[in-house]
Amino acid sequence: MASAKKHGNSEMLKGTLDMMILRTLITGDAHGHTIAKVIERTSEEVLEVEEGSLYPALHRLEDRRWVSSYWGTSENNRKAKFYRLTATGKKQLTLETSRWRQMARAIALVMGEKIAGSGE
Amino acid sequence: MNWRKLLHRNHSDADLSQEIRLHLAEEMEENVTRGMAPEEARRQAYIKFGSPQRVRETVWQQNSVAFTESLFRDLKYALRSLSRTPGFTLMALLVMALGIGANSAMFTVVRSVLFKPLPYKDAGRLVVLYQHDPSAKDQDNYVAPGNFSDWSQHARSFESMAMVTPWAAYDFSEKGGSYPEKIDAAWCSWNMFSILGVPPAYGRTFNALDDRPDANATVILSWGFWKRRLGGDPSIVGRAIFLRGLPYTVIGIMPAGFDYPEKQDQVWTPAHHEGSAHLLQSRDDHEYKVIARLRPGTTVAQSVSELDAIQKRIQEEFPGLPVEPGVNGRLLLDDLVGDYKTPLYTLLAATTCVLLIACLNVANLLVARASARRREVAIRSALGANRWRLIREQLAESFLLACAGGGIGVGLSSAALTWIRHVQQNMVRVDSISLDALALLFVMGVTLGSGLLAGIIPALAAGRPRTLEALQESSRSQSGGRSRARLRKALLAIEVGLTVVLLITAGLLLKSYERLRSVDMGCATGNVLTLQFSLPGPAQKRVAFLSELIERVRALPGVKAAGLVTAAPGTGWWEDTPVTVVEHPPAAKGAVLDPIARSADPDYFRAMQIPLLRGRTFSEAERLQNANVAIVSKRAAEEFFPGEDAIGKHLKLTQDPDTPPLEIIGIVGDTRFHISEDVWPMLYQPVYRGSFGQTTVMVRSDQDVENLARPIGQIISKMDPDLALGEALTMEQIIDRSTSSASFHSRLILIFAVIALISAMAGLYGVLAYLVTQRTSEIGIRMALGAQRHEVLRIMLIDGLWPAWIGLALGLAGASLTMQLVRKMLYDVQPLDWPVFAAVSLMLSLVAALACLIPAWQASRFAPMDALRLE
Repeated sequence: MASAKKHGNSEMLKGTLDMMILRTLITGDAHGHTIAKVIERTSEEVLEVEEGSLYPALHRLEDRRWVSSYWGTSENNRKAKFYRLTATGKKQLTLETSRWRQMARAIALVMGEKIAGSGE
Repeated sequence: MNWRKLLHRNHSDADLSQEIRLHLAEEMEENVTRGMAPEEARRQAYIKFGSPQRVRETVWQQNSVAFTESLFRDLKYALRSLSRTPGFTLMALLVMALGIGANSAMFTVVRSVLFKPLPYKDAGRLVVLYQHDPSAKDQDNYVAPGNFSDWSQHARSFESMAMVTPWAAYDFSEKGGSYPEKIDAAWCSWNMFSILGVPPAYGRTFNALDDRPDANATVILSWGFWKRRLGGDPSIVGRAIFLRGLPYTVIGIMPAGFDYPEKQDQVWTPAHHEGSAHLLQSRDDHEYKVIARLRPGTTVAQSVSELDAIQKRIQEEFPGLPVEPGVNGRLLLDDLVGDYKTPLYTLLAATTCVLLIACLNVANLLVARASARRREVAIRSALGANRWRLIREQLAESFLLACAGGGIGVGLSSAALTWIRHVQQNMVRVDSISLDALALLFVMGVTLGSGLLAGIIPALAAGRPRTLEALQESSRSQSGGRSRARLRKALLAIEVGLTVVLLITAGLLLKSYERLRSVDMGCATGNVLTLQFSLPGPAQKRVAFLSELIERVRALPGVKAAGLVTAAPGTGWWEDTPVTVVEHPPAAKGAVLDPIARSADPDYFRAMQIPLLRGRTFSEAERLQNANVAIVSKRAAEEFFPGEDAIGKHLKLTQDPDTPPLEIIGIVGDTRFHISEDVWPMLYQPVYRGSFGQTTVMVRSDQDVENLARPIGQIISKMDPDLALGEALTMEQIIDRSTSSASFHSRLILIFAVIALISAMAGLYGVLAYLVTQRTSEIGIRMALGAQRHEVLRIMLIDGLWPAWIGLALGLAGASLTMQLVRKMLYDVQPLDWPVFAAVSLMLSLVAALACLIPAWQASRFAPMDALRLE
């Protein structure tokens, strides 16, 4: 579970963690630690992935066959479990991305923000 | 959830630990690169990660079938808590097993008998047709052959049409003189078998050439008869057997299970070969059922209305004859099982009531348990247990009871079916009853349904636990659990209501059975033996035989009186003969006198104690051509000669135009042709006139009359070794047989009602006992304040009796609405028979009072101080 203590935005994280994990894996296979770091860095440290939800999420994605896993060696020569995006995972990512875009646009509209191409 | 992972949870947990270790190691390394001291780097990594244990637990749970796991735990709890009240549990289990067993047995019977398709080709297009008089009470009549031939020539709705008479019989012997046996047979049109679409097992069925008066005599055997009497030898096809002393060539053997039109039919012979020319022309001799196959796309109603028009024309053509103006028809299946619908549905409804009561019982048990655990539940839900989890615990108990009940129930129902097949051998299609896959599916469905019903009532009715209230309430329990008690009372009221309906049904059926048994047959019934046979040969020979026989029988020691008659009272209609009164002007169109026809010897009436009301009986001298006399029954005299004296009038038999009119010489008391049918006019001719082959010798004795069966049989076989004898039956046995289904139904319903009563009373007792413990301290306070013991007794008694009274009122109302449905099963009893209603009310009140008395009395015995200290 994301903890509300650390960040106010962790609620948002809850529904989108799966999507972000899938997005991260599009650039290549990775193990859990890398995935967490990539999300944190690309979000300019705004989002902090709580490991307590990362690993259950990874296992869940694996159960749904959106990612597959294998044991390999990390950059630091440690035995690590790597995750790879599957074909269904890619499909799912497209789906979730477009859903996310709609949602983000809708929320932006409600919040009265200008949106490029909205004609305002 | 993933099955593979579920099975390898330990393995994947090890993997996860490895993953977590890696993650922490990477994090530490990163921290060290940022310049932290190793110890600090490790600490920060752990802080950021949180508890590895928790992650492992979350993933573990994600990988497990939470439901099955906790279900197992729930079942364990349920088993434990059920075994804490073994008495009530056992009771609930027993009633559940009985309910499920009886219900699925009846379901199987109803489905097998009323719904399973008949074993005939395309049976949905087979119809049975009758002549029908919409104005008369006795609606359907068998069809006269003359009318049948008009129908089959003119009607267009049918592919083909056959007639069949179910009541033919033969004296059979394999060769002349060897082991004669009287067998039931059917005369049928040649195409009956092809209409039904059943091919023979051996040989062939009839063709049109066999079914003519001038054809060679042919016969088709039933499978059972062929096995039993002819050793199952297929080479019998083409050989001859002897029926009433004449050779009949066996042309075919029907397969096992083929038994149309009647179960007891052993052989089939062609209708046009067997029937007399006179019978085949007849418009008023109602001997045949007509079975027909509808053209595709034609409905029963269309075909019947077409025949209706044809029949109307026939009636107009023959105004003086008893020809019904219309036609009635129904599907073959309806025709076969029509009479069984009401009793079977009634029994099914009764068993459903028992099952409902069983469910209510279990629900009641659970409500009691729920209130005992109210505080526990409140605490748990305060600690965050979810509601579904709590409901599930309750469901586990009811499912456990239902499943155990279902298991025992299957055994019970298979035993019940075996029993029904045994005791109801005469029921139509009884052989098709079997506990098959669908029946087992039904049992499972009923079991799960019962478990759900019994569990969900208390669970839902309890509503969302009002935690705080419950915690407060249970600290002082004077007012505790009132709402639960109300629910239990409501359940009980329904239970009592259902019980009352069952009791009233049982009461009505028993009363009707008792009425049936006490019907006055119109003749002696105690120590009377009957033995029927049919005599072949010319009238002269038969008359000589009969008069010699009766002399010999009368001479037997132990015989007090003996007589001869066509058929014993209570054995059925047998024969009728339309008559006209010579002294009367021709009757109006359609008004036909159609008495039951019997022949009797001069001493029959005295021997059977049938009173001679006026005139005289036959004399020994009135034989053959000199016997043109008749005796009529009281009902015949009243109906045929209203306001006149019947004696001295003459009756002309319209079916025998050659015989002179018969002079009425006496009037005798009425006898019934069937115990549950109204008295019908009866016309007796002298047995020595020799016009009937069918004869019954009736013997009255003052000792055990069954001992006379052997000596009488010996006399007959000494006189004619080829003569086949029917079963020797006492009048009591005849009455037993014709009331056996009434007795069967009323007893079964009574058993169900008693089961219902016992479980309702156990429920009543349970609820009041529970209320008493709930109110212990209240009672203590009341008594401490000066309440008298008898007042406490009264208060508690009334508290317990309320649900019984409400249930009684519900049941009486329900019964008065539903009893119309069993009207068909009642003889001489109205559905709203107030003495039965009153007796049931009284009995229920008494038993309920008894059930409530014990806990109420215990309450009144409390020592006030003890009661208060209990808290």
